[in-house]
Amino acid sequence: MSAIVPPIRPEYERTLEPFTEVPLERTLPLPARIWAQAGVRKGLILVVIAVLWELAARWQNNDLLLPTFTATARALVEGLASGELIEKVRISLAVLLQGYLAGVLLAFALTTLAVSTQIGRDLLDTLTSMFNPLPAIALLPLALLWFGLGRGSLVFVLIHSVLWPLALNTYAGFQGVPETLRMAGRNYGLKGLRYVLQILVPAALPSILSGLKIGWAFAWRTLIAAELVFGASSGKGGLGWYIFQNRNELYTDRVFAGLAMVVLIGLLVESLGFKTLERLTVRRWGQQR
Amino acid sequence: MSTAKASSGVDSFPLWGKVGLGAGRAVTKPAPSAPTPALPREGREQDPKNDLAPLLQVDGVSLEYRTPERVVRATHRVSFDVHAADRFVLLGPSGCGKSTLLKAVGGFIAPVEGEIRLDGQRVTQPGPDRIVVFQEFDQLPPWKTVKQNVMFPLLASRTLGKKEAAERALHYLDKVGLAKFADVHPHQLSGGMKQRVAIARALAMQPRVLLMDEPFAALDALTRRKMQQELLELWDEVRFTLLFVTHSIEEALVVGNRVALLSPHPGRMRAEVNSHGFSLASLGGAEFQSTAQRIHDMLFEEEHAEAEA
Repeated sequence: MSAIVPPIRPEYERTLEPFTEVPLERTLPLPARIWAQAGVRKGLILVVIAVLWELAARWQNNDLLLPTFTATARALVEGLASGELIEKVRISLAVLLQGYLAGVLLAFALTTLAVSTQIGRDLLDTLTSMFNPLPAIALLPLALLWFGLGRGSLVFVLIHSVLWPLALNTYAGFQGVPETLRMAGRNYGLKGLRYVLQILVPAALPSILSGLKIGWAFAWRTLIAAELVFGASSGKGGLGWYIFQNRNELYTDRVFAGLAMVVLIGLLVESLGFKTLERLTVRRWGQQR
Repeated sequence: MSTAKASSGVDSFPLWGKVGLGAGRAVTKPAPSAPTPALPREGREQDPKNDLAPLLQVDGVSLEYRTPERVVRATHRVSFDVHAADRFVLLGPSGCGKSTLLKAVGGFIAPVEGEIRLDGQRVTQPGPDRIVVFQEFDQLPPWKTVKQNVMFPLLASRTLGKKEAAERALHYLDKVGLAKFADVHPHQLSGGMKQRVAIARALAMQPRVLLMDEPFAALDALTRRKMQQELLELWDEVRFTLLFVTHSIEEALVVGNRVALLSPHPGRMRAEVNSHGFSLASLGGAEFQSTAQRIHDMLFEEEHAEAEA
């Protein structure tokens, strides 16, 4: 068996004309461009859910257990028009924002301490493993005892529900910052808080944002649950109280309207707040696709 | 103490800046009689005779790093001098501690023995007078545009105000041929372009010493060759002082004017070789080949000896 020898072929050279045969770029067809819009796709999902709901309710045919989508929509519009629902949302959101912001600030302070000192790291580790598994609502009786029946105890449980998951996520984000980027920052003489703000926070922003989202959801849950439990804070209840009250009076369509309001606010905050923040930061920077 | 060092470095910048900035692209080489930018004679408390004193002295430096189980000696009593406008190359196989050495000069690692002096002052911590160009592409903060990236160290170290920093950033971006991409974010650039931004950023700071840690190692061969040539052209124009780490003999000879060879495990000085006569044009030339062969033999003699034993 002789070894195969590849043939020796002639060389060639050709001069290329400017490329004109096919256009270099083409625009996508219109349906594909419409489908590429996330809003269109998500809107379609919402429409499908609404239709399924309507069908299921009609088939069930019991307004007390499951009001139809249209009945809920009507109750929602009525509630909004009368201003009652808007007032409840305002009360809930005011408390929510207070607790949320305080929780975010505390989480930032705690993680900054954790990245700069060993004892801070241990503190964060210990505190998060102690308190993160503790449901915020379980602290409510205690909070009521300490801060009384009112805004103070609500803010307290809200801070508890935001602080730990956000601190954990932020800290994980800080730890994931590439060594090269850290060294580059120190190379320019950045130290302390400036180092954290100018290097660690932007570099860890994807994790921080997901922590903020988780914290936001936890805060909502806690707030609605807390209002369901003890309702009126200083005489005026929020959205949770609205749901609870209407359930007692068997206005199931209004219960659904209240729940829909929670869902709507969630969607709004997600799509206007967090999505915009992501688009302006981590997406633009190529940290997240 | 370190702030004093940093500011003394900054003090010398204006002179440097005038040479680099005012002249723009028109000047390709400073006149021979003019002081080289990295070696300002005025404003420096030095004996004129001492002008030839080295800018950077690495003096008997031993470095160690820790793993959870043991302490490993990376370099053992390494000494070398880098003079102003030198292109000093640290060459050695992986594991000879050359990158660790560069980080020590950068101030990220403290020597366990010996000391590193810049302008006669001991290096104790990182500072903007020694800007590092890393091998990794993620050295550019992704949240800043190309221009903001070049401005970042200038603003972070409070060397310049916003307006002057922007001007200088554009100037150096133009030098590396990226002025068009000033407002683009790094993730939209190719690897070679990212390294160019890092180089522009380092040059814009006008550091006393420019430290490069295998800056072209992650690039493809063609881009690497182009970058080497551009680096030499930039040096020709700006005359910065360079400390360059590589594991490629060819790159060392092309980029450097003096090459230090380190032996592996732990890194010790094996030789210093002059390579000022070589450029990309000398690739494949007889003299280049023989020097490369000489270095090759020095680097691999231990292995040969081991193999024979």
